Amino acid sequence: MIGIIDYGAGNIASVYNALTYIGQEARILRSADEIPSVDALVFPGQGSFGSMVDNLRSRGIFEPLRRQVEDGTPFLGICLGLQILFEGSEESPGYEGFGIMRGTCTRFTRGKVPQIGWNTVRPLGEGMPEGWAYFVNSYRVESSAHALALTDYYGDFVSAVRRDDVTAFQFHPEKSGPYGLSLLTWWFSCWQNE
Amino acid sequence: MLAKRIIPCLDVDGGRVVKGTNFVDIRDAGDPVELGKRYDEQGADELVFLDITASHERRDTVVDMVRRVAREIFIPFTVGGGIGTVPAIERILKAGADKVSLNTAAVQHPDIVRESSRYFGSQCIVIAVDAKRGGAGWEVYIHGGRTNTGIDALAWMKDVERMGAGEILLTSMDCDGTKAGYDLELLRAATSALSIPVIASGGAGTLSSIHDALAVGGADAALAASIFHYGTYTVRDVKDYLAARGIEVRY
Repeated sequence: MIGIIDYGAGNIASVYNALTYIGQEARILRSADEIPSVDALVFPGQGSFGSMVDNLRSRGIFEPLRRQVEDGTPFLGICLGLQILFEGSEESPGYEGFGIMRGTCTRFTRGKVPQIGWNTVRPLGEGMPEGWAYFVNSYRVESSAHALALTDYYGDFVSAVRRDDVTAFQFHPEKSGPYGLSLLTWWFSCWQNE
Repeated sequence: MLAKRIIPCLDVDGGRVVKGTNFVDIRDAGDPVELGKRYDEQGADELVFLDITASHERRDTVVDMVRRVAREIFIPFTVGGGIGTVPAIERILKAGADKVSLNTAAVQHPDIVRESSRYFGSQCIVIAVDAKRGGAGWEVYIHGGRTNTGIDALAWMKDVERMGAGEILLTSMDCDGTKAGYDLELLRAATSALSIPVIASGGAGTLSSIHDALAVGGADAALAASIFHYGTYTVRDVKDYLAARGIEVRY
């Protein structure tokens, strides 16, 4: 059973629909008590970095979620769900992320901001497939020791990260057509047989 | 780099697609889910559903349609037509749409642009502008093109950008339905004045007209209805044409 974290800020229906479509059982989690009951966690982040952290904290989810991820529960972050793994973001100075990965998120300095649309995902290693994915973001991680894939928007940025069982995409797999669905299936296959 | 987007637009009445469709072997030519899937398979980058339901009592049909589409189609889609309040926007987004487009309501109550983009995020809020040559350049029309507001279209687009709009869906009323090509002058004026994406609409007839909207007009995306519905071209045909001319498209 996959748990989707709902902190009241965004449209999580699409993520739920996509997981259901590829044949995975998913349920929506709205409180910290439910977090330990699932095999894997999906965290679709929306809004601003600071409002996400505020929301998670006011619902008492921030620390339990960070602990669960650090303890090795397979995790998939989407969009801001990638950024929260890092130490912070230029978007909301003074707010701390999980800090599971080193570095902070910075704003795009060239091109139209936000980046809205389809861009290519270039995996750095084997396993993860390559393709076009749908992005909506103003901030990004420029480089990371845990980069799994890069994307070019007036210069390369990190579009996917992985560290042990923690995986995250800056783009929206649930909105990236057949490629996005294949990535969700790939993520599932990464941990289901462990 | 970002790909230029090709966006089929479907007119919906009472939750059913109402413009002619030319797909072979289609079970139900009015089913938004089935048609959306066909366009998805052809490589459509997004879909726009334009709700033309006239009666208020049947308005909720669109929410149900959004829910059904979101369960089976995994590319972004926008819903427009008759959306006039923040709660109405919320209903559509919560049902699974990625964006809403606002037209008349935005002109009559510009606060809705500010409020909705702040609340849901700019990326959800598309402002549809129906522009027709007049005044010093182009003027904004509302009520489905029946009422001239006398507002300068370029000034209006800059206003909504400032208020938080995420994208502009710009329809040339002079070109709409003519298949004579998009209004390139209008597109150039808009894309050079704005820093948010502009979706070109109105006038798609040939492959070269779509190419010109993107390459000459500077649009980020091209929307078309009849050339796709009547099977003149598939989305794939359009993309092949563009790719052969050096325009980045997604396959």
